[in-house]
Amino acid sequence: MSMIFGVPLAVLSGQLLIGIINGAFYALLSLGLAVIFGLLKIINFAHGAMYMLGALVTVVLFNTLGINYWVALFMAPILVGAFGILIEYFLLRRIAGQDHIYSLLLTFGVALIIQGVLTNVYGVSGLRYAMPDMFKGGFNLDFMYLPYYRAWVIFVALLVCFGTWFMIEKTKLGSYLRAGTEDSQLMQGFGINVPLLVSLTYGFGVALAAFAGVLAAPIYSVTPTMGSNTLIVVFAVVVIGGMGSIGGAIITGILMGVIEGLTKTFYPPASSAVIFLVMVVVLMFRPNGLFGKEA
Amino acid sequence: MSQSTSSADVRKAILDQNKLQDRRKMLLNGFLLLLLLAAPFAVYPVFLMKILCFALFAVAFNLLFGFTGLLSFGHAAFLATGAYTTGYLLSNYSGLTTEVGIIAGTLVATLLGLAFALLSIRRQGIYFAMVTLALAQLVYFFFVQSEFTGGEDGVHGIPRGKLFGAIDLSDNMNMYYFVLTVFIACYLLVQRIVSSPYGQVLKAIKQNEPRAVSLGYNVDRYKILAFVISAGLTGLAGSMKSVVFQLASLNDAHWHMSGEVILMTLVGGMGTLLGPVIGSTFVVNVEYQLSQGPLRDWVDPILGGIFVLTVLAFRSGIVGEIQKFMRKNLG
Repeated sequence: MSMIFGVPLAVLSGQLLIGIINGAFYALLSLGLAVIFGLLKIINFAHGAMYMLGALVTVVLFNTLGINYWVALFMAPILVGAFGILIEYFLLRRIAGQDHIYSLLLTFGVALIIQGVLTNVYGVSGLRYAMPDMFKGGFNLDFMYLPYYRAWVIFVALLVCFGTWFMIEKTKLGSYLRAGTEDSQLMQGFGINVPLLVSLTYGFGVALAAFAGVLAAPIYSVTPTMGSNTLIVVFAVVVIGGMGSIGGAIITGILMGVIEGLTKTFYPPASSAVIFLVMVVVLMFRPNGLFGKEA
Repeated sequence: MSQSTSSADVRKAILDQNKLQDRRKMLLNGFLLLLLLAAPFAVYPVFLMKILCFALFAVAFNLLFGFTGLLSFGHAAFLATGAYTTGYLLSNYSGLTTEVGIIAGTLVATLLGLAFALLSIRRQGIYFAMVTLALAQLVYFFFVQSEFTGGEDGVHGIPRGKLFGAIDLSDNMNMYYFVLTVFIACYLLVQRIVSSPYGQVLKAIKQNEPRAVSLGYNVDRYKILAFVISAGLTGLAGSMKSVVFQLASLNDAHWHMSGEVILMTLVGGMGTLLGPVIGSTFVVNVEYQLSQGPLRDWVDPILGGIFVLTVLAFRSGIVGEIQKFMRKNLG
């Protein structure tokens, strides 16, 4: 078998694949964070909990109502997005004029509640979600085996990321969003319903997290705490990419997944810390992140 | 002539007012001191020491959050660094007296604080919070991988030893009064810092950083110093905690701990001296009471609820709200 730097090619490409898949999740999650931050200037600490809710809703919908994967792929983000809009309307809106630190603390409290309640209901051991039948099997490439489902995750995650980027950077609705970021009072003066825009943006960002959750349900163990540690990694990804940039969030997400996968191949003990190490290095040389604007 | 008398009257009235307030403060502080001195005869000393360690943690954190306006989400790293350093030294070098172990833990945490500060200080607001959180997570993974921390098990059976080689700290009463002394010294230190000219600059930075810059203050240096002091005192709290419980574990390093100290400070009243002390007493008690009753599995969501409620309705915290009430009604 062919070797690269003393590592079998199959092992390397396998880890690389896992890295790209993790990267796709990082990209989806950091994209949602970036969208919410862009208009609301909120660091959504409940983002990990929303990701978890997406996965959990998928499992529960299947177990209780027999709702299949394809329907859940739309239903879970809509349900969780609606829940997010409720949180924005009843909680976040009340502290809109305050220091942004308070919204971070508020969403942190919300995350604790969601996670704690669901831990009591579903336990910590993890629920299983059966892989949809059509995804069983995979492509047998010469140097590696690529399961259908993993290929699908990469494809659809990239599609959604690109779609979101296109919508925000290239469409009229996106231009409203960006204008709202610049000067929400002026936008209001032009007759745009900014509070509605804010609610929808939060709902959309949260729905992106839930979408990632649905994608994760068949391949990761679904537990109420699955989002909390992922979220910290995604925070680091966001710091590395730079807060202001939608495209930066996507590229950095995938890049960090790949770096993590490579580290797992060549020096496993550092794999869980490597993203944070990259962050330290980036902070030293580019304090605004790789794609960030001057702040 | 009449004008000068009236302005003198006003000055006198203000002085009287200040004296009255000072007297009130003295009375309150004296009362609290008596309470703390007598407490171990009524309440289990280890529980009190837990409160004091967390109170010191929150007081240190508040110096940065409440007085300088920097929200660090990574203070668990300093708590754990203090705890692990002290625990490792006291467990492995039996010749060391306890205070040497504690001082070493404090110093290492202070140095780590300097490293954190240098990396994060150019960031502001929520960005600063995220950077400190990620740095603390790096420290967490370091502790998970390192051998001297005992991985998931932590460092057990840390000997309390003898203070200055003379006072036996395995006695809970001796230990309590030692912890109390350190706590009061640190509290007075923070009080002194906050009311010093340096503390005034910190408050200025919190209120309006660009103006502080335009007045010629090198705000980064002020902020770094505040961060380092805060980290050092947090390390001291961790060191003492590891000696009290004879245990240093990954719990101390987990980011939940960073969240908890924010809650304590916020509930008690950020930017007040007494607030973090009251807040930590409150939170430790709530956790203890809940863990004894039928709601023991609901500690996290209930703390989350307190968090949400505080942010929505009582942003000035217990002490802040009382101060507001006093100002309104007592003048």
